Amino acid sequence: MDSVAPVSPVVPDEGRDAAPTPPDGESAADFAIRHGLQPVATRPPLRPYISQLWGRRSFIVSFASSRNIATFAHARLGQIWQLLTPLLNAAVYYLLFGLLLQANRGVENYEAFLIIGVFVFTYTQRSVHSGTVAISGNLNMIRALHFPRATLPLAFTLIELQQLMVSVMVMLAIVLVTGEPVTWAWLLLLPILLLQTMFNTGASLAMARVGARYPDIRQLLPFMLRAWLYVSGVFYSVDQFADRTPRLVQVALEANPGGVYLELVRGALLRELSVPGQVWAYAVGWAVVVLLAGFWYFYRAEETYGRG
Amino acid sequence: MAVAEQAATTVERDLSSPTVVVDDLHVIYRVLGGGGATGSGSTALSRLVRRQRSPGVREVHAVRGVSLTSYRGEAIGLIGRNGSGKSTLLRAIAGLLPPASGRIFSEGQASLLGVHAALMNDLSGERNVYLGCLAMGMTPAEARDAYDDIVDFAGIGEFISFPMRTYSSGMSARLRFAIAAARSHNVLMIDEALATGDAEFRRKSEQRIKDLRDKSGTVFLVSHSLGVVTATCSRAIWLDKGLIRMDGPADEVVAAYSAETS
Repeated sequence: MDSVAPVSPVVPDEGRDAAPTPPDGESAADFAIRHGLQPVATRPPLRPYISQLWGRRSFIVSFASSRNIATFAHARLGQIWQLLTPLLNAAVYYLLFGLLLQANRGVENYEAFLIIGVFVFTYTQRSVHSGTVAISGNLNMIRALHFPRATLPLAFTLIELQQLMVSVMVMLAIVLVTGEPVTWAWLLLLPILLLQTMFNTGASLAMARVGARYPDIRQLLPFMLRAWLYVSGVFYSVDQFADRTPRLVQVALEANPGGVYLELVRGALLRELSVPGQVWAYAVGWAVVVLLAGFWYFYRAEETYGRG
Repeated sequence: MAVAEQAATTVERDLSSPTVVVDDLHVIYRVLGGGGATGSGSTALSRLVRRQRSPGVREVHAVRGVSLTSYRGEAIGLIGRNGSGKSTLLRAIAGLLPPASGRIFSEGQASLLGVHAALMNDLSGERNVYLGCLAMGMTPAEARDAYDDIVDFAGIGEFISFPMRTYSSGMSARLRFAIAAARSHNVLMIDEALATGDAEFRRKSEQRIKDLRDKSGTVFLVSHSLGVVTATCSRAIWLDKGLIRMDGPADEVVAAYSAETS
């Protein structure tokens, strides 16, 4: 190896002349296509993309449950924290809003009212948050492996759904303890949470693209999410101050997707509350529109994720 | 021209079937932070409102005009100093970093041996094997079939049921390589996978790379170990500051490279 370096016939001055170029002077692209090669890093058409995504379903599930296990791997109590975290959250809010601020005016079963609000809203809040960092926080994975990128926001939403399942168990137990009877209306929980999951998935996909393009959104997000929490009627009934506000604000408060799902769950589980019909319309509308639009918006930038 | 001369020196290459064509590729990636003052919060906000690029964002022009064609049966070593664009070029060919300009064509999906990015250190080796296989696009059934071979090849014994964070660096390198090499690829790219591990594992993994090359068509290998490049590669490309400095038979390029750098 220490002999005189042979001067290669292909030592170039310019990088572009270095490679053995395709014969006969045809363009590189024609040469490649003539041999059946495919362009790399292009966005597949929508249908193949969806079927690729479907092909990744076991990965999505496996990734989500692995993440859930890994989250509590360092805690001595392990998975029990999945139960304790929502309970402690609810306890703090009850202390603050139920006992100190007495926000329970006009609500009979305030404990159940609050728990439902906190748990259902947390699901949306956490989905949006984890969606925002789904791409920007996993760049090393995106730069190392091939998969339809929508896999990541979907997996992170699934993690939140798994967490919600635990929360719902706690929620139902508390609702029962506070004296609510089990009724057929409880079955409405399934379609409501399905609609909410659709909404969360779409929001998570859309925010994933925003977060990938503008990393600073990560710093702003906590404030936006907290503001959303306060206007969504989690701690108090929005009706309390709705009649004092202009008509436009009233409509906005009523249609707020952060509020409609928890309002529907309250209507299904609590005797004292009934939900006007248009709330269902809002719930379905948000779910369908946000899911489709969010997916489309995310998909349109598929080939750019990874640039950082 | 040059094509004919090269073909004479590398016998395995099959000139009638190219596997990767790269045409005047430029790759630019953005790096956030890491230097300079970015000003106060209010100036940052006004930047955000006016949609200006923050001064904290710097662009790295890592690959600046590379063209190459690889053929079936080739193992190509990429050599060059740190920061010469080797890994970036591989990631771009694998379709993981979008090109700023230029085009890349490949036969099937070029895959990077980079499964470690999907693994989770807090989980057991067992679970990671399964997760890694799924991340590479295997079905659950394929992953179960591959499991025994992977554990066997990694040779880490009972540690497979321990969390990966308890592994020594050599052990996790073995497991990562074993998972990544479990799948056959049309075009395979290996980025410094062989740097760790003991002599026996290195021999085993070099053999595995040769097998993969026979099965798959083309292997790209980034390595700072020139010995590994001459031992496993038929052709080598010397990258310098994002440009191809030299492209030819592995021993000639390695000789020229070591003559300049030593």
